[in-house]
Amino acid sequence: MPKVQVEAVVAATNARISLMHIAKLSNQSTMTILAVGFFLLSSLFSPLHAAVLPEDRADIMYHRYDGGGMVIDGPSVLVRKNIADKISLAGNYYIDSVSSASIDVETSGATEYTEERKEYSFDASYLKDKSLINIGYTSSTENDYDASSVRFDFSQDLFGDMTTVSMGYSQGNDDITQTGNEEFSEKLERRHYRIGIAQVLSRNLIANINYESIIDEGYLQNPYRFILIDRISAYELDEERYPNTRNSDAVSFKLSYHLPWSAAVKSRLGYFTDSWGIDAASIELDYSHKLKNRLLLDLRLRYYQQSDADFYANVFDVNTALQTFVGRDKELSQYQTYSIGLGASYQWNFRGIIDKARINAQIDYMLFDYENFREVTKATTASYGIGNEPFYNFNAYALRLFFSVWY
Amino acid sequence: MRQLKKPLVLMSVAFMLLSLSACGIQPWVKPYHRANLANEVMQYDRDPISDGYMHHVRQARESARGAEGAGGGGCGCN
Repeated sequence: MPKVQVEAVVAATNARISLMHIAKLSNQSTMTILAVGFFLLSSLFSPLHAAVLPEDRADIMYHRYDGGGMVIDGPSVLVRKNIADKISLAGNYYIDSVSSASIDVETSGATEYTEERKEYSFDASYLKDKSLINIGYTSSTENDYDASSVRFDFSQDLFGDMTTVSMGYSQGNDDITQTGNEEFSEKLERRHYRIGIAQVLSRNLIANINYESIIDEGYLQNPYRFILIDRISAYELDEERYPNTRNSDAVSFKLSYHLPWSAAVKSRLGYFTDSWGIDAASIELDYSHKLKNRLLLDLRLRYYQQSDADFYANVFDVNTALQTFVGRDKELSQYQTYSIGLGASYQWNFRGIIDKARINAQIDYMLFDYENFREVTKATTASYGIGNEPFYNFNAYALRLFFSVWY
Repeated sequence: MRQLKKPLVLMSVAFMLLSLSACGIQPWVKPYHRANLANEVMQYDRDPISDGYMHHVRQARESARGAEGAGGGGCGCN
């Protein structure tokens, strides 16, 4: 491979690893932004050279999630185009069509519902020597939840492009309403701070370390979920009460190793902790194999576990139900997830306006196994008695069928 | 003020690394030896449209979040 081409693809790899997002200014983050701006300017005018923007590419995808009484599917379109090799613009349109009769719906006695979520996002990347700056905006709307976020990310190649340092900030503002309750209106603000380092370790090994801190302030519970209070002969439902702040820290460590043939093994370790008392860890192992520059095969294994939140309980008694914070979301409980993923892509190469095209299929099969969240329905409570229902578990799959074109 | 500490520490780390780049450290893997590293099988997020979707699927069902290398718009999925 010609040297220039190698540098270009390596830089593209580094750019991918970057991260980055960002920001709408709040008073508290103004100093941070000024600091980022200072570093950006100092880097932009340093005598460095040559990184590369993401590739020109368009994708159209059908996605489908099915499991736990929920079916969510819809289309997604992503288009990216470079301008004068300095700026790259990207736009994404995404729809989730939801049909839900999940265990939460059953427990609350509600009926199956359907809804739709639409999401638009735009990103602009600017390349200057070995620095890449990205700004982006995302808007998500559904009948009872509007979310918007802005992001700013910056990455810089260092040490002969052996190291890529990236950092970013994003801020989200959500407006929450409740179907059937005109008076309900709440807000949520999110701030994300992140930094990452990608390091080339050898001709075949590259490592990444990423850290992200997220601060949430506002309405964090779900207005459609309830706690269960044991009234001896029956359950009483009451509203959840969550803290109005949540601070979390997450770190991940990734290794990608190229095997002697055209294949790679990749691993990812993740650790998470938050101010609600939830600790989580995950491990992922991937294998990707390329055959004759046309066929790409993927195999993924993943394990995830988390502890429960300090204020979580499957059932509260009349006394504990009075404590300041109470919650029964299964996402706050103690559980683990096992997943296996398979993927295959077939590529056609062209000479002309289109460089190549690829058809792709990816599917991940997941098992959610809860340790202190019980499957409470009228039937299970009648069969097993209050507080003795079986622990909940369910299977799900996430399917992606997509077609990609490079130009 | 407390919330500013963390981002400022991150900025300081990044600044130190940027400063180190001026120290003349020589790369031990030359650019023309990086063909394997550039092979797309090495990429974690090879297809942004698909990988972004999986981040979203997990984000809605697991409490852990962040350090994924991808941004999100947030939603109230139940």
